[in-house]
Amino acid sequence: MSENTTGATEGRVLPVTDLSLVVLVGASGSGKSTFARRHFKPTEVISSDFCRGLVCDDENDQSATRDAFDVLHYIAGKRLAAGRRTVVDATNVQQDARKQLIQLAKQYDVLPIAIVLDVPEQVCAERNAGRSDRADMPRRVIQRHTRELRRSLRHLEREGFRKVHVLRGVEDVENATVVTEKRFNDLTHLTGPFDIVGDIHGCALELESLLGKLGYVDGVHPDGRTAVFVGDLVDRGPNSPGVLRRVMSMVKSGNALCVPGNHENKYGRYLKGRGVQHTHGLAETIEQMEGESEEFLTEVRQFIDGLVSHYVLDGGRLVVCHAGLPEKYHGRTSGRVRSHALYGDTTGETDEFGLPVRYPWAEDYRGRAAVVYGHTPVPEATWLNNTICLDTGAVFGGKLTALRWPERELVDVPAEQVWYEPARPLRTEAPGGHDGRPLDLGDVQGRRVVETRHSGRVSVREENAAAALEVMSRFAVDPRLLPYLPPTMAPTATSHIEGYLEHPAEAFAQYAADGVERVVCEEKHMGSRAVALVCRDADVARKRFGVDGPTGSLYTRTGRPFFDDESVTEAILDRVRAAVTEAGLWEDLETDWLLLDAELMPWSLKAQGLLRSQYAAVGAASGAVFPGALAALEGAAARGVDVSDLLSRQRERAADAASFTEAYRRYCWTTDGLDGVRLAPFQVLAVQGRSLAALPHDEQLALLDRLVEHDGTGLLQTTRRLYVDTGDPESVRAGVDWWLEMTGRGGEGMVVKPLGAVVRSGEGRLVQPGIKCRGREYLRIIYGPEYTRPDNLARLRQRFLNHKRSLAIREYALGLEALDRLAEGEPLWRVHEAVFGVLALESEPVDPRL
Amino acid sequence: MFLTITTTGTPERPATDLGFLLHKHPEKSQAFSTSYGKAHVLYPEADAERCTAALLLEVDAVALVRRGKGKGRGGAPDAALAQYVNDRPYAASSLLAVALSSVFSSAMRGVCNARPERAAEPLPLRVEVPALPARGGPELVRRLFEPLGWAVTVEPVPLDVAFPEWGDSRYVRLVLESESRTLAEALRHLYVLLPVLDDAKHYWVAPDEVDKLLRAGEGWLPGHPEQKVITSRYLSRRWSLTRQAMERLELVRLAEADDSEVEDIDNAVEAEGETEEKPTPLAVQRRDTIIAALKASGAARVLDLGCGQGQLVQALLKDPAFTEIVGVDVSMRALTIAGRRLKLDRMGERQASRVKLFQSSLAYTDKRLAGYDAAVLSEVIEHLDLPRLPALEYAVFGSARPRTVLVTTPNVEYNVRWESLPAGHVRHGDHRFEWTREEFRAWARAVAERHGYDVEFVPVGLDDPEVGPPTQMAVFEMGRTENVKEAKAA
Repeated sequence: MSENTTGATEGRVLPVTDLSLVVLVGASGSGKSTFARRHFKPTEVISSDFCRGLVCDDENDQSATRDAFDVLHYIAGKRLAAGRRTVVDATNVQQDARKQLIQLAKQYDVLPIAIVLDVPEQVCAERNAGRSDRADMPRRVIQRHTRELRRSLRHLEREGFRKVHVLRGVEDVENATVVTEKRFNDLTHLTGPFDIVGDIHGCALELESLLGKLGYVDGVHPDGRTAVFVGDLVDRGPNSPGVLRRVMSMVKSGNALCVPGNHENKYGRYLKGRGVQHTHGLAETIEQMEGESEEFLTEVRQFIDGLVSHYVLDGGRLVVCHAGLPEKYHGRTSGRVRSHALYGDTTGETDEFGLPVRYPWAEDYRGRAAVVYGHTPVPEATWLNNTICLDTGAVFGGKLTALRWPERELVDVPAEQVWYEPARPLRTEAPGGHDGRPLDLGDVQGRRVVETRHSGRVSVREENAAAALEVMSRFAVDPRLLPYLPPTMAPTATSHIEGYLEHPAEAFAQYAADGVERVVCEEKHMGSRAVALVCRDADVARKRFGVDGPTGSLYTRTGRPFFDDESVTEAILDRVRAAVTEAGLWEDLETDWLLLDAELMPWSLKAQGLLRSQYAAVGAASGAVFPGALAALEGAAARGVDVSDLLSRQRERAADAASFTEAYRRYCWTTDGLDGVRLAPFQVLAVQGRSLAALPHDEQLALLDRLVEHDGTGLLQTTRRLYVDTGDPESVRAGVDWWLEMTGRGGEGMVVKPLGAVVRSGEGRLVQPGIKCRGREYLRIIYGPEYTRPDNLARLRQRFLNHKRSLAIREYALGLEALDRLAEGEPLWRVHEAVFGVLALESEPVDPRL
Repeated sequence: MFLTITTTGTPERPATDLGFLLHKHPEKSQAFSTSYGKAHVLYPEADAERCTAALLLEVDAVALVRRGKGKGRGGAPDAALAQYVNDRPYAASSLLAVALSSVFSSAMRGVCNARPERAAEPLPLRVEVPALPARGGPELVRRLFEPLGWAVTVEPVPLDVAFPEWGDSRYVRLVLESESRTLAEALRHLYVLLPVLDDAKHYWVAPDEVDKLLRAGEGWLPGHPEQKVITSRYLSRRWSLTRQAMERLELVRLAEADDSEVEDIDNAVEAEGETEEKPTPLAVQRRDTIIAALKASGAARVLDLGCGQGQLVQALLKDPAFTEIVGVDVSMRALTIAGRRLKLDRMGERQASRVKLFQSSLAYTDKRLAGYDAAVLSEVIEHLDLPRLPALEYAVFGSARPRTVLVTTPNVEYNVRWESLPAGHVRHGDHRFEWTREEFRAWARAVAERHGYDVEFVPVGLDDPEVGPPTQMAVFEMGRTENVKEAKAA
């Protein structure tokens, strides 16, 4: 210890890192609590006395000490895990007590800092005497504290404290000030823009051409961009000194940042004279540096010495380090963090080339910050769970790659030649790979809250997630091909017009009330909801969605494939693809895949089982029973028995049953292969890089009309529509008439949507994206053959729509979120989280007839 | 909801006596309230030679669904199952049986003060039920009624004449004729056998259901060759009550959202009651083989991935060598049944600490599954669509990485030896594929290669020289020795 005892007037300045575990050390009565109160936020400080009180109602009951410290460590642990500085107010004069706290700091990868209050024993005793609760504390206790404190002073740094401040005497304590220091790795205030450069390994030529391509002129970017090097500047390649010279000068002039790679780290140890093996390309560096000046070598040594394991940049949105870093280590400071940043994690196994098997940490990564790293050579830099490895093996004859941030654009230059033979072939795939790009149960299971851009937090209950997990695991298509599930849709408010349960007048009125002036009425197709993901070819499906073989998917509203036979799906996708190509939509939409919301017909194609077991069965039973029953009633009537009411009622019921049979038959036709199958797309949900959910419906339909026009196979079917001004009675009447005409011919009804697609009400809430208005005959299939009888209608009008409406909005928000995440190229688990949420919400209790 | 009972007579014994026997006047149309709607009795014909009584039940389908509903949330538990589109208003279901017993209760007991002698004697009877739901088809209808002295005419009703390819419905038109039965007997036969034939989805609470069956079955049920079927089906409605409690309403809703039925998706395990303790010899052999392989591997902490009803977990618990046994399944129903089978809530603390059951899915990685000695996938992979198999492979061999993995799956080549299995059929409705020995081995070897395991194959059951064993098992062992060697060399 070499602290100067400074004058009373000046006062000591104590730097304390913003995220650290501050351990106050001092005898009872030395003024720790007062010091803590003065220099730290009340919530930052945990005192052992307080914890003693918590567990036994008496702050001075020494028998509760063990439990009290358990509580203290627990609270401190929670704070540190959350990244909050924590001050421990306890005597901490015993080495054992401090050891536990250092352990705790290590566990949460924060700096342990000691502040010692070395106050004369006499002062402590006097202060204690002045406190009623401590007045009877024996003098020998304070003596012991002081003795132990003195004994500890010399060892504190060796014990593991990274900063030790000793305040000697009352005045020193009184006059000290605490200043908060940022961690070295915290560069969140720098917003770039950045150009992050992968592993260089002495490839000076490639570095110069890459910097040139990025727009740097002699290490300076005219637009003020900052280069960030992910480390491994040296070894293996032809010109490590050249690379060092360039990078060091850029760092020195403030045009670049650099984090250390394991190769610099080893070379740095060599420079300090430590014994290291000259393997893995170090020999080349040593040899190349032989001609360099002593001065340069010293500069290199200092440069390497000063490198910080990783940087958190751009408001916390970007983390750069050499070998990748799990979220819990971001911005942390410990040997473990440094080692992980330098070497990554390994499984403990070795592969067939004798090299350690790297733990695929990126597969588990769920953080919001993008992690950009290198270290593991891969042929292509690809995003995985918001992480990207930029080591594209320049030294092995691959290329040198940079990432433009925040543009997320990759820029690379090919290697001039193979400079070094790799010990093992470059991995054919990025870590995680295609098949092995797994979703984790932790992303979907249990009670969850999904953050959505359009409607805030949407929560999913545990039992609903459990049900969704069953269906998703056992029946759904591959999650990579399931980027969206359609939301449920609320029906129109219940109509009170005689004979009707639903009527479009209500839908128009509802939108008018929501301030939506222009709506589109779209014919409701008589089929099953279908979502189609159509890729331009199998290669696109492989590159964009990571699947080998299929060129897309065609699935139901719960994510099940429509056809067990993949070749049927492919045949349909083929036809859609041909139409997209013919219509020139790939070019116009600048995409090589499309996600379509559609209706697949006939309904009997999918709902065959339900149709037969429920609908046709009811038809069959009613058809079998009424002739006999009516004949019996007619016989009785003929004999003069008064059954007229009963007879006329049964005749009506027989007619209702016949209407019901007619109604469901419209949904059935026989198909043979693809003959008779029709697909009516009504929305392009997303294309490469863009969600089209907010594209106005008239533009949507214009796109889809082109698609249908260019289909030569008869598969695609257009969606008939009518535009209505909700404030114009004439227009509303035309809308009602249109619906009456359509449903009068047996049509299913229509969906009314705001023309502007994603629309908010005056209060800023999302309005219903669509309201369905089902035909009078169609509703027999929902509410039973006899629902139109006046007494039945009267009862059925008692229906409650609020829950259904709220569900529709929540699912809609999740659906939009899935599309946005998909469009922005977010990791699969983020898209899946929202999609899974829709499925889970579908299992919420709601009247299934709505 | 409709049936007729006809008798014929002579001037001395007029057919219209039927009115006395039924306690319902032939010249009137009478209505009775029952819990599910209005029952009407009327006579389309009534003279000395021939008299027909008709029972017509007007079921209120709307009321049936709306019982005890919650506001807009699908209401009480059975409301989600109830449908406005329901055959109850048309078919001669259990509801009709209830109406029969309440409208003709005296007749059913054979009480007739006006014509006591006629009530006790057989009479020519013709019963016609135009729409009878008959689970088991015409064949079962005959087996139920013929032993009781009825001449049976049974005609299937087509599902929809517009779609002849759909075939017959589950309804039949039934005509029973006999001269040897009393009216009371006829009514009691109908009262019991209509619900037995009905594929009842309608349950009602009746703690005295057994007594009712015994009373109505007096004199004919004990000697009936199909007594077992009749009893179990009749009382199955009581089981349904317990089953209902197990229905996963969330799954019911997901099925509904997709226009399918809950049975199509909540099918991971058979419903309770239908799988009594009758393990097939093959299942026992499979379990024994698995346990032997686990013992040989020295595993103490074992995962049963896809534990189903927990039979293997139960067997493993009996051996103290297994210190921790974890059963996981994606089906909550399976886990509920397994928990019940193991009596987890009543198990002693020490035993209970050895076993855990929880929901997981092999389509996802699950950190809770890492670090075990062994994992068993018994008859699991064939329940996955082939394109999803790589996800399972990664979850088990890439992520959980137990030292030993046992995988069993049917050997499709052996299917020709199953007498009951129609050619070309898989053994279970939910099997997405069944593999030959060659296919299974190719997959297993590739998995082992990709993830650093060694694999060997063990037959389960009789190893047929031509088609192999009924079940095939792969034993994967993590290739430790190789890694150690490599590590040293490096």
